[in-house]
Amino acid sequence: MDLVLGIDVGSVSTNLILLDLAGEPYLTPLYLRTQGRPIAVLQQGLALLEEQLSSGDRICGVGTTGSARFLAGVLTGADIIKNEITAHAVAALRIVPDARTILEIGGQDSKIIILRDGIVVDFAMNTVCAAGTGSFLDQQAFRLNLSIEEFGALALEAANPVRIAGRCTVFAESDMIHKQQMGHALPDIIAGLCEALVRNYLNNVGKGKEVLPPVVFQGGVAANFGMRAAFEKVLKTEIIIPPYYNVMGAYGAALLAREYVKEKGQTNFRGFQVANLQYQPWSFECKGCSNRCEIIEIREGKQVLARWGDRCGRWGTSVGEAEEVKSIS
Amino acid sequence: MRITYPHMGNLYIVIRALLTSLGLELVLPPPTSNRTVELGVRYAPEFACFPLKLNLGNFLEARELGADTILMAGGVGPCRFGYYAQVQREILEDLGIKMEMVVLEPPDTNWGELKDKIRYLLGDRSWWELVKAIRFAWYKARAVDLVEERVLYLRPRVVQPLELENKYREILHRIDEAPDKRELDRIVKNFFNFSQRLPRKSGSFLRAGLVGEIFTVLEPFANYDLERRLGLLGVEVTRSIFLSGWINEHLFRGLLRVKGTKHAKKLAAPYLNSFVGGHGRETVGSTVDFARQDYDGVIQVAPFTCMPEIVAHSVLPAVTKDYGIPTLTFYLDEQSGEAGIQTRLEAFVDLMAARRERMRKENR
Repeated sequence: MDLVLGIDVGSVSTNLILLDLAGEPYLTPLYLRTQGRPIAVLQQGLALLEEQLSSGDRICGVGTTGSARFLAGVLTGADIIKNEITAHAVAALRIVPDARTILEIGGQDSKIIILRDGIVVDFAMNTVCAAGTGSFLDQQAFRLNLSIEEFGALALEAANPVRIAGRCTVFAESDMIHKQQMGHALPDIIAGLCEALVRNYLNNVGKGKEVLPPVVFQGGVAANFGMRAAFEKVLKTEIIIPPYYNVMGAYGAALLAREYVKEKGQTNFRGFQVANLQYQPWSFECKGCSNRCEIIEIREGKQVLARWGDRCGRWGTSVGEAEEVKSIS
Repeated sequence: MRITYPHMGNLYIVIRALLTSLGLELVLPPPTSNRTVELGVRYAPEFACFPLKLNLGNFLEARELGADTILMAGGVGPCRFGYYAQVQREILEDLGIKMEMVVLEPPDTNWGELKDKIRYLLGDRSWWELVKAIRFAWYKARAVDLVEERVLYLRPRVVQPLELENKYREILHRIDEAPDKRELDRIVKNFFNFSQRLPRKSGSFLRAGLVGEIFTVLEPFANYDLERRLGLLGVEVTRSIFLSGWINEHLFRGLLRVKGTKHAKKLAAPYLNSFVGGHGRETVGSTVDFARQDYDGVIQVAPFTCMPEIVAHSVLPAVTKDYGIPTLTFYLDEQSGEAGIQTRLEAFVDLMAARRERMRKENR
């Protein structure tokens, strides 16, 4: 079957999804932990996918997104490299075509996307705070010796949520511990924490934005029942959690790659052998001008696959000849 | 007297012309770099805004090169910038660094004080010499602005961005060295001829307005090279503030026919009717101005914690509602993440493109 591949390499998770040319998911999407090693995990993901494919399957388009989208794009030979805000919006619209608000909370980033009549009209990402919500919930579940699923479910049992100071996660944790030492019940504390995080998100990320239904909630944190309930309580509206809520970035990237294939009819995909190659990233300081940019270079054997980090374009545009670099740096 | 002054984009070219034609000796700080940031951040209060930190870094680096006098601008009104020169003086004193600081307040309120300061700098040179020097500096400001405007127009269009950037750097250098107006005219003409010959892409290009606090708008180091990033994403940027416009309004009382921000002040009503310091009112007015000219979007930049721009930011949704123009705000300082800036810019460009596409369909 002809398939398109969507890849989202983020700070916490690396996701891969395959779609058929009708845009329907094929096989189960992969949700892997990036663990600070995006190249290795991406290679591992590709190897896992290849194992599951049958001989007649063919990749005819690749899209990447996430904070390592350029890296992933270069390694795989992506046809399209898209920012995660656009990718998330594309995926949400596919599933909820009349969506007017997308709440997206991942490991490190929180976003709100405002749509009207099927196009993005406004968006925001966490700036000063409301970052790391997913990682923080993970960490609290771990501290309480609960799985993240149990943690979220426990919030629903709360009779009387406790108010937790949620300006930032450091304060939230110390306030949470304080409430525990006072003897409050665990469900009340967890529910309170979820409410605090939702308050913080709406005040810092969603500031001044008009949140209208249908509201779609996606990203890894959408798995958390407590967070969903807290959003429903504050926004007083139903919250839609799409299937594949945790791989929506990859989903969107695949949908965009599908568009590309329709138009161009060919792909730059470098094949699954990418999983077995050796890559050497390194960096150096360019001394060409006062900017002193840090140039990052990624090589496969002797060949330079990509360089980035330069402001002027001097390095980014001169890919291919590994020898020249040594003499200048 | 070995004078130094802080960097703000290409301002150094203009001030250098002014001071050297008065026969003053100057020590230009090295271009703002990561080292400048490190020095500034180490000695400045954490919640002071980014310009103060960079200025301070500039002074310390100039000091290493032998500067002993600082030429610094002051300000009036609610923006903290007005007392930054004083704070910087105190910080330098605490560090045991002896540098004379001459603070020039914009002459909007007090001409007498400014006159004394200038008299001090002039020594026994005549006022006529000052007039000639200002005129020469003015020509340089115009030359720089004409070239910058052209570069902003060309960036999304050229096939070889690197060629344009190299030429731009070269032209700035030549403007800096030019000894008289005739040479300046020749350089600018030469650049325009060169730009005619550059191979270009075809098609239509998105247009974004750039508004906000003057330092972060004009200093590419402070705004993480926003204009170039946008250019590479295929967006033509129009700045709301240029150096010559500012000089014309504050020094020449708006006598010359150069586009400035006066009209923006009027356009800010009814959204923002009072002076909130800095360029807060101009930010709102310029956004309205861009909206009326059918721009695809407006990007606001400001230092983190900048009060006038926060006021403007909170007013912008009303402008968006009335005119349908999308806006994006960046608060910048040494902690800003480059990846986040790039992601937001790319998403904003997608948003502008989708909006334009929809408007095209509706008009058909």
